[in-house]
Amino acid sequence: MPKKSDKGDEIMEFNIIITGIGGQGVLTLTNIITWSALKEGLDAKASELHGLAQRGGAIACHLRFGDKIYSPLVLEGKADLVFALEPLEALRSCYFGSKKRTVFLVNAHRSIPSSIFIAKEEYPSLNYVLDALKPFSNKVILIDASEMAKRATGDAIMANMYMLGYACAKKLIPLKRESILNGIKEAIPERYIELNRKVFDLGFEANNVTIKD
Amino acid sequence: MESILLNEYGKKVILLGNEAIVRGALEAGVGFSSTYPGTPASEIGDTFSEIAKDANLYFEYSTNEKVALEAAAGAALCGVRSMVSFKQYGLNVSSDSAFPLAYIGVKAGMVIVVADDPNCWSSAQSEQDSRYYARLAHIPMLEPSDSQECKDFTKIAFDLSEKFNIPLLLRTTTRVSHGRGVVKLGKIVEGKKRGRFNKDSIRFRNFPPYIMETHEELHKKLSELRRISEEIDINFSLNEGSENDLGIVTSGVTFNYVMDALQDLKLDLPVLKLGMTYPIPDDKIRNFIKDLKSILIVEEIEPILEESVSALAKDVNPELEFYGKKNGYLPRSGELKEWHVLLAISKITGVKSQFNPIAQKEEYKKLSVVKRPPVMCPGCPHRASFFATKSVVGEDAVFGGDIGCYILGIYPPFETQDFVFSMGASEGVIHGIKKVSDQKAIAFIGDSTFFHAGIPGLINTVYNGSNPLIIILDNRSTAMTGHQPHPGVGVTGMGEKSKVINIEDIVRACGVENVMVVDPFNVKEMEDAVREYLQKEKVSVIVAKRECQLLAIRRKKREGIVIPRFGIDQSLCDGCGICLYQFGCPAIFIENDKFFIDKDLCTGCAVCVRICPKRAIKAMK
Repeated sequence: MPKKSDKGDEIMEFNIIITGIGGQGVLTLTNIITWSALKEGLDAKASELHGLAQRGGAIACHLRFGDKIYSPLVLEGKADLVFALEPLEALRSCYFGSKKRTVFLVNAHRSIPSSIFIAKEEYPSLNYVLDALKPFSNKVILIDASEMAKRATGDAIMANMYMLGYACAKKLIPLKRESILNGIKEAIPERYIELNRKVFDLGFEANNVTIKD
Repeated sequence: MESILLNEYGKKVILLGNEAIVRGALEAGVGFSSTYPGTPASEIGDTFSEIAKDANLYFEYSTNEKVALEAAAGAALCGVRSMVSFKQYGLNVSSDSAFPLAYIGVKAGMVIVVADDPNCWSSAQSEQDSRYYARLAHIPMLEPSDSQECKDFTKIAFDLSEKFNIPLLLRTTTRVSHGRGVVKLGKIVEGKKRGRFNKDSIRFRNFPPYIMETHEELHKKLSELRRISEEIDINFSLNEGSENDLGIVTSGVTFNYVMDALQDLKLDLPVLKLGMTYPIPDDKIRNFIKDLKSILIVEEIEPILEESVSALAKDVNPELEFYGKKNGYLPRSGELKEWHVLLAISKITGVKSQFNPIAQKEEYKKLSVVKRPPVMCPGCPHRASFFATKSVVGEDAVFGGDIGCYILGIYPPFETQDFVFSMGASEGVIHGIKKVSDQKAIAFIGDSTFFHAGIPGLINTVYNGSNPLIIILDNRSTAMTGHQPHPGVGVTGMGEKSKVINIEDIVRACGVENVMVVDPFNVKEMEDAVREYLQKEKVSVIVAKRECQLLAIRRKKREGIVIPRFGIDQSLCDGCGICLYQFGCPAIFIENDKFFIDKDLCTGCAVCVRICPKRAIKAMK
């Protein structure tokens, strides 16, 4: 959302944390949205993590766009959107959010790491996650994206595109649909664009898919 | 990826810092590029590999960073612009040749890219600040702060290198290399691809007494470069007219944290941003600090600028108060973030921030957030190797660790990395242990790591006579850094077929008598091999050969091969949990006290079928 500076001139700045597990398409989403911001003529920066962390581990990418962006990282408390492909990962990144400004869009599908069974730990319940996010959020939207993506394509991996479509339709990301579609064209290999578009559209048109809104 | 080759001057595209470096090299007319893969530098080589043919240049994955640097030096000595890239430890490996290269110099521009990894996101050795190398080896250094600067500075580095006949270091950190941002494209230049080594220069013959002459010459070059550093516009200051008597000196990605923190605090402190950090612009710094009361130095990782500025302050402003890493205003370890800078400025100036990152984190700490450590993938052959080895030796052995995906064996249930040093060190250290201890000792080393630095260590165990068991985990790829090929695979960085060099042949040629090649998915065979070889009086080597499962799945899908999935027959499963607690497959989970296989995660390796004592795991229809 455009934020006014004290001097009254418009310094638009929008900060997103995209989080999930290696292999869920966190990097792809980051790349798409960064391109989408550029398509709208904005400055944009993102920070990714590659290598070690990608092997089934937790990943959080930072993404910022606006008139002039310096840091590729979001300051704690300054996220406008936490885009979480997994509930535990929403929790892990929650401190980037704040009551004033942050929407959490959370995929409800839980992915339980085997380390939890091996170390006999407890994976938090969805209710625990929702409660815990309260002090860090203005709004939490829980969406069954993996299930919807799986129904549409037979593969839960497309949950990221489903959520992107949803976020675009509900204006959780202040970028035009056209810009995001152009972003998809830039960031996705040509042979996969059609499938990604299809799932994006499903998410865009989705209604009543939220478990909690 | 296509953006890298776009020849549309002035067009804006999104590039990863590492991709922007490649683009900068193309705009500088690079003809030769080499690397050994290492995160956070890997995508530089991978991007070159992908575009080399279209861009009409040469690229190679060398066997290690020292060879990579030497190869790039060879090209530059022949008048072809070259780039070598690696992570911070790669510079260590290459340093034996990097030091004399500074004396010898180059004919065409040569850029050495080194990517540091504060916080060790993808590193397992130390939080090294490679900026010390610039000073130690007398190699000039540039430090970009984002993707645009990655491209621009690369071009500047090539030009300076060629002008002064000296290699240049381009230093990034993880947030720069793996930062994505807007880059305005320049023109791609077709540079020289072929050259010739001329014997006319004695300075290439780095041998006394010439060394003293070239050393002298090197210092002349550096003093000229110091003048460049005074004038070059990548060393610039902001807010100089500011009334504030606190100034900030910064470089690299941390410049961005400074700018954001100042905006958040609504301050306009004077800032000196250094893009060229060796040689530093002494006069420019003196000028910047002379009227200030205090100074904050913001840099990653060690207080290098802090020390340099402090020395300069003695001439012009001995009363200047310093804030930075040395007096605890900024942390000495870990990655710097905006909040560190925000709090430091806030503490010094007394200006309160509307954000309270510490309170945020305190609130977060109250929550129970279970860890999700990175794991070996479902179907990873290393898991089978570790399982078989541990089922034979139990806890009663020293496990030498090394650098690669198998480092993840550090976690339960395996804990098969009792020590980790550096590439190839599993063998060297385990030899020393074997020389003084009667414990059983097993070194695990990967295929690419073996080619990189494992051969001298192996020869040493043969020559100096110790008897560890060395297990070479040959997954036919440099998997951790993104599946780059290596000499055992027979494919080059240009994507061309090459001679396959068999690891077992090398092992035999090193004088090892006990050599066996085993498929680790055949658990029984692997266990027998470990059992037999642990009894040997001389060093023995098992090559555990099985393609990385990620590559295998990709290949099978391409070839139309059906990947079987497995399920647990609940009527046979007695819940012993070997498949989960001892084998640790991420596809296996518990629900209502029963064990199941997640069919979306299962990759059909069938190792669990072999290790289940009740034969309860079966192929699904």
